[in-house]
Amino acid sequence: MSDKVFICRCEDLTQEEIEQAIDEGFTTLEELKCRLRLGMGPCQGRSCLSLARRILCKKTNKSTEEIKLPPSRPPEVPVSLGTLASD
Amino acid sequence: MNEIEKKADIIIIGGGVNGCSLAYQLAKKGKKVVLCERNYICSGATGRCGAGIRQQWSTRENTELSIKSIKIFEKLEKELGQDIGLRQGGYLIIVHNNKDMIQAETNVKMQKELGLDVSILTPNEILDVVSILDIEGMKAIGATFCPTDGHVDPFKTTHAYAKAAERQGAKLYKFTNVTDIKTKNKRIDCVVTNRGKIKTNIVINAAGAWSKQIAEKLNIKLPNKPFRKEILVTERVKPVFKAMVISFKDGIYFSQQDEGQILGGIPIPNEISGYLTNPTFDFLNHMSKTLTRYSPKLKYVNVIRQWTGYYDVTPDARPILGEVDEIKGFIQCNGFSGHGFMLSPMVTKILTDYITDGKSSDILEKLLIKRFKDKEITHETSVVG
Repeated sequence: MSDKVFICRCEDLTQEEIEQAIDEGFTTLEELKCRLRLGMGPCQGRSCLSLARRILCKKTNKSTEEIKLPPSRPPEVPVSLGTLASD
Repeated sequence: MNEIEKKADIIIIGGGVNGCSLAYQLAKKGKKVVLCERNYICSGATGRCGAGIRQQWSTRENTELSIKSIKIFEKLEKELGQDIGLRQGGYLIIVHNNKDMIQAETNVKMQKELGLDVSILTPNEILDVVSILDIEGMKAIGATFCPTDGHVDPFKTTHAYAKAAERQGAKLYKFTNVTDIKTKNKRIDCVVTNRGKIKTNIVINAAGAWSKQIAEKLNIKLPNKPFRKEILVTERVKPVFKAMVISFKDGIYFSQQDEGQILGGIPIPNEISGYLTNPTFDFLNHMSKTLTRYSPKLKYVNVIRQWTGYYDVTPDARPILGEVDEIKGFIQCNGFSGHGFMLSPMVTKILTDYITDGKSSDILEKLLIKRFKDKEITHETSVVG
């Protein structure tokens, strides 16, 4: 069994990759999103963003309140183009 | 935060692709460069754009700029030592009526004169390029196609520039807001930020939709207006087409990324200018209607996200570059009107040449802000999104 810890399952991101990006200077969730596509898959960051926030808190010695979540992007759940196209 | 530099040869305002590319090139030429970004690198239009790169335009300047830009993009990965996500799957520009076909023929003739590999396609040939399109649904009578147009990853590219700039000694300060710019004898003297004052004689205004506000600090009035633009992305599906499909008449653009997601945008009806950030349902509805008309097969594909970003729009939809007459050392790199990412390689090269060697060029002369004082301006009509 692999000892990799997956944080973002949609984008296959491990804890190690996130920690590496933080070391490179990407020190907010939005920056991690741009760098790694964290939270940009179909689940829209439902579980990974708060996990990544905890890693950020630990690595940057900040409290949860200090690490802002990225703005949430609609739609809340995936919706088909056909449904969205209806009158 | 750490102390910031007290002095620089050049201060760049804005950490988008243009700012970061300038930081890299100027630092490489031995200049002491500081870049101030109010938010984080890529947080503005660069990180929100459709990522297309094309060479098919109606004005000579844009065509020339973009042909040369793509040549630079093609070598950029090697130069910066990092993947930039370049993919050349072409741009397919749908033509809907005879009048537009005449314009398309004029454009193609000019583009070919400049050496571009571009051709006019019949409806059947359109389907050879993107098989999932519906000719009748699009009301297409033909298209133009350039196979070397394509796509570059804005995040990867800008981060690669930023890293390369830092390797060359440039200082990139994120979360650093420029609050004032001071002059002495009509020459730039210093930049005031929330983290301290930096002495300099050259400021480059590459602040995208906020460039107008930066210029106002020096009583320079830019004609740029911010327009909120919207875009969506779908879930990943099997890759079936490589080209970016666009239409000047419908304003739509869409492409499929290598990973399979379809990404695209369209202007909403009754678009108004202003610093608006909220995404709208009008956009989702209008985009979905148009996209499923272009390709009914996409009806069952799920949209997972929509977001907004700004076009920094000038009266002729062409960028404002170069030094202003009123203040020595105040250089513009803005007004890209939705094309800042794709034009960035050449635009930043031209500005670097001007700043380091005092070398001007025909294109730079034509894109100075003073063109708006003339009665007749040449409008770029090949615009989408």
